[in-house]
Amino acid sequence: MAANQEEVKLLGVVGSPFVCRVQIALKLKGIEYKFLEENMKNKSELLLKYNPVHKKVPVLVHNEKPISESLVILEYIDETWKQDPILPTDPYQRALARFWSKFIDDKVVSAAWKAVFTVDEKEREKGVEESHEALEILENELKDKKFFGGDEFGFVDISAVFIAFWIPIVQEVAGLKLLTSQKFPKLYKWSQEFVTHPVIKEVLPPRDPLFAFFKELYENLAASK
Amino acid sequence: MAQTDLKLLGGWFSPFALRVQIALNLKGLDYELIEETLNPKSDLLLQSNPVYNKIPVLLHADKPICESAVIVEYIDETWTNAPSILPSNAYDRANARFWSTYIDDKWFTPMKSLLMAEDDEAKKALFGQMEEALERMEDAFNKASEGKPFFGGDTIGLIDIAFGSFLSWLSVIEEMNGRKVLDVAKNPALAQWAETFAADPAVKGILPETLKLLEFANALKLKWAAEAAKAK
Repeated sequence: MAANQEEVKLLGVVGSPFVCRVQIALKLKGIEYKFLEENMKNKSELLLKYNPVHKKVPVLVHNEKPISESLVILEYIDETWKQDPILPTDPYQRALARFWSKFIDDKVVSAAWKAVFTVDEKEREKGVEESHEALEILENELKDKKFFGGDEFGFVDISAVFIAFWIPIVQEVAGLKLLTSQKFPKLYKWSQEFVTHPVIKEVLPPRDPLFAFFKELYENLAASK
Repeated sequence: MAQTDLKLLGGWFSPFALRVQIALNLKGLDYELIEETLNPKSDLLLQSNPVYNKIPVLLHADKPICESAVIVEYIDETWTNAPSILPSNAYDRANARFWSTYIDDKWFTPMKSLLMAEDDEAKKALFGQMEEALERMEDAFNKASEGKPFFGGDTIGLIDIAFGSFLSWLSVIEEMNGRKVLDVAKNPALAQWAETFAADPAVKGILPETLKLLEFANALKLKWAAEAAKAK
């Protein structure tokens, strides 16, 4: 482990589910790193240097070489530090893991965001509908597995941290029912398993400040109408 | 090398299906190409890709793999003969995946919108986005290729496949709008790369002809316009 451990930095913000994905991977593998907290309203020179294309977090910097995009970072971490693998070894299983992680990014995250943080009523309803559709698909994919990765959490579970921790917060803020035990019993059970997992719970940001942040965002949006 | 257990649900017009064909050709694999018209979508397609109902789908011994980037990586990991589609070094692999995603987000999105756009102001903005993306890709090419013909170096790699699969559609957009987007003056390295890519044996026979694609695009635009008019 020592040879690969030279210098690992993570540029991020505390409330970001995408940053959290990376932190989970680093924690799982026992990789020490320096967390550089960014202010997205006042981006650092370092961030602009390391992610000139998107200027977003997370950015992982390993021995001065930057890697951007959370799912790309996860794969890099898995390939560089071999202990506690995140992706399966079988190519077909890997393809499935990549497919579902992409599905989460493309179909769940944006829909859930739209369901909560859009001013237009019609758009919001559309967001709720799309969220339910996407979560239904994941419910059916999970079946009776403890985690998407099987007995232990893997690539898809990490990608889905947004669902397990962030959706319950934002749905409460907006008074919506997106992820409930009635609608999606398997997914709900998974979310509880996941957020209480010893590795995961140490990495999740504190709930109350995050709730307050989203509540303020939501109320400002409603006021702007 | 008779490989009877590979089927590709594709379409001659689809840049995403083209990516998979290029990858299969690079690895020297035989496969059955099933041309989908998408009108209607075949039962096999609906069964194989229940989530998106989209092409391409690769069926390997009847196991479906969906999403072009996922399929290309699957091919590279399953058939490990040369050439490698992804680089061997982890950092370079991350770079390849980064640019592959960038192409889908920042190149394809304005390109698709341009196809549908009627408004001159909107078109101007979209051309601007495409030109910005090209500048970034030119820079990425110079860094990744290290003087060699492809993003992947001596042989076609992931970024080449992701980007090159759009070349015919780019010609269509240029033709429809009477203007060059990939300009040898502004993007000399990419202009050269585009020629080299199109001439590569893994690509040459399967690029759709610009005129045929132009006809297809015009018909598609009419279809969308009719649907939009009906919706009003």
